[in-house]
Amino acid sequence: MPADFRAQVESLRPYLLRYATLQLRNPEAAEDAVQEALVAALAGEPNFAGRSNLRTWLTGILKHKIVDTIRRQSRERPATTNADATTEEFDALFDDSGHWSEPPGPWEQPEGALAQKQFLAALEQCLRALPERTAQAFMMREHLGFETSEICKELGITSTHLWVMLYRARMALRQCLEMNWFAK
Amino acid sequence: MMLSCKETSRLLSQGEDRQLGFGERIALRVHLAICDGCRNASAQFRFLRLAVKNLSKDESEAA
Repeated sequence: MPADFRAQVESLRPYLLRYATLQLRNPEAAEDAVQEALVAALAGEPNFAGRSNLRTWLTGILKHKIVDTIRRQSRERPATTNADATTEEFDALFDDSGHWSEPPGPWEQPEGALAQKQFLAALEQCLRALPERTAQAFMMREHLGFETSEICKELGITSTHLWVMLYRARMALRQCLEMNWFAK
Repeated sequence: MMLSCKETSRLLSQGEDRQLGFGERIALRVHLAICDGCRNASAQFRFLRLAVKNLSKDESEAA
């Protein structure tokens, strides 16, 4: 195999590690997933021939390894099911009659933010602030694009539990981005 | 059925993950028509989805 292909793949390791850590949290688990992905990538070099973007190709391989890891983790430590307790932290956002204490204001030019590196860094920061399981469920849904039924199966949770987790993630991210980006 | 903002925010989130019932969709529409805060939250949930989907894209590929 050409040495420069290996070098190119290696040069993307820091990016891949950051990507895996964002979804798996555990540094060792992320390291393992990246290692497995790189081994698979180097073995599968012929499959890359003709494709334009090495990073996209490697990310695709890594996504499978990440899902394998999440699946394994869920089998080893099943999720707890006290889903009801988890939205209490948002009660302060609403008054007794269920109205926003501080109604969300509009965000200026959110689409423009997507092209900015600093915005992506702020978003990653907010994702890292989520509880581990919540972040995994949210990333499986919104980043990896799984159907909710598949996520429930992989994580061993009920759909009601999953909806609470996803609600929790969206509310927390909304609040975090507002404070760290849009209100600045 | 009149929804509170709290209930509305939950339904908005669930609407990203399951098919809402007819009654739920009507109740949401009624509430959103009169509530700026929930309309903003709705747009922001949708924006979050787009932003998170694009996380691994190259700068060159990003919209």
